[in-house]
Amino acid sequence: MKWIITFFKSSLGRKLIMALTGLFLIVFLMIHLTGNSLLLLNDEGEAFTGFVEFMEENPLIKITAYLLYLGFIIHILQGIVIYFTNRNAKGGTYAVKTTANASFFSKYMFWFGVMIFIFLTLHLINFWLGLKVTGEFGNEELYGKVVTAFHNPVYLVVYELGMIALFMHLRHGFHSAFQTLGWNHKKWTPLIKCLGNLYSIIVPLGFFIIPLYIYFFK
Amino acid sequence: MKLNLKIWRQKNKHSKGKFEIYQVDANEHMSFLEMLDVLNEQLVAEKKEPVAFEHDCREGICGTCGMVINGRPHGLLQGTTTCQLHMRFFKDGDTIVIEPYKAKAFPVVKDLVVDRSSLDKIIQAGGFVSINTGQAQDANNIPIEKEISSKAFDAAACIGCGACVAACPNGAAMLFTSAKISHLGLLPQGAVETDRRVMRMVIQMDKEGFGSCSNIGACEVECPKEIKLTNIARMNRYYYKSAFASDN
Repeated sequence: MKWIITFFKSSLGRKLIMALTGLFLIVFLMIHLTGNSLLLLNDEGEAFTGFVEFMEENPLIKITAYLLYLGFIIHILQGIVIYFTNRNAKGGTYAVKTTANASFFSKYMFWFGVMIFIFLTLHLINFWLGLKVTGEFGNEELYGKVVTAFHNPVYLVVYELGMIALFMHLRHGFHSAFQTLGWNHKKWTPLIKCLGNLYSIIVPLGFFIIPLYIYFFK
Repeated sequence: MKLNLKIWRQKNKHSKGKFEIYQVDANEHMSFLEMLDVLNEQLVAEKKEPVAFEHDCREGICGTCGMVINGRPHGLLQGTTTCQLHMRFFKDGDTIVIEPYKAKAFPVVKDLVVDRSSLDKIIQAGGFVSINTGQAQDANNIPIEKEISSKAFDAAACIGCGACVAACPNGAAMLFTSAKISHLGLLPQGAVETDRRVMRMVIQMDKEGFGSCSNIGACEVECPKEIKLTNIARMNRYYYKSAFASDN
């Protein structure tokens, strides 16, 4: 069993964990957005509440939810470990800073992650905590909670900033995960990069639009 | 052409370095190292300590010269070592900032000279073929597809200068290590030992205190031999295979 520990403690093993958890979270985002998109319907939250009830009661999804928490925790902790290891390996910065050799998105990946984490904490306190932990409100009340929350301009701005950070994080993260998996290929890499760019724009944009819609039209 | 040079001076590994400013009169046909030679002759004539920098072949194939010029390892020119960078790419009156490579695994020896023996240790861990593979083979004796041999050759172009490490915001040596692993692993003589090689070299790389890759790609941009990121992906594949599927 020693080999497993050696593997996951090595730089490449850590990277693999980042890539796999990252891709898992990417899949989660799509499901989350599917649910959120129901908020755009003008049905007083009927479809949305139905979705929430399905997600809350389906046993398979209940189990997957725990996997999701684990995915988040591992991705965050591993990211912090990697950031500090790398910062330590760097040995200082140069007197002349250059922007010629690296993209903005890739260089500040960690900091976009930190921004998303701050957003996530607030987001969880707002919705997840009351629904899942304290039982402050039930499934059918979540819709009302969401609409009220997005009418709070401060929360709205924080949410939208979080989505901008998500875009920046995904812009590099999506295709980077595939490179880490070793999937760099003449035929596939351009496709993956294109898909990554589309995903990193469309998904955060979807999350971005919904609160604005609620703020102005509901 | 008159140039202002802002050069990092550091007595030894333990002392704190600082920038010093020098003026030098160069011409545009000189290579960057020849320009530094002129400066050093000037400093010696003034009975001052010359600037220490590494150099050997001065024809872009040995990987010895390497310094950070205006924030970029080997300077602004794509696919070029410091010795092949000529002063015609600078303008009269320019201020050029020259620093040593910065990475935890590359301690400064003196001025612009850094200790890159950590790269040698990665090679020693597995960057070789253990058996005697004999004389050069007759053409087509060992069939290798052109595409494959080109990939191996491109990876073998790595001169181990360490610019990838210097350019990397994570101080990672993944481009170097992956180039060595690829050039041996792609060819039949080296492929036999791939599983063992990749495991040993990656572990050694971590031990030397290099960071890990976040696929930024600065290494690829700065590499004087234009080694590609595809090598890092290949190293990852080899490593996963070695860890999960081999008997080692």
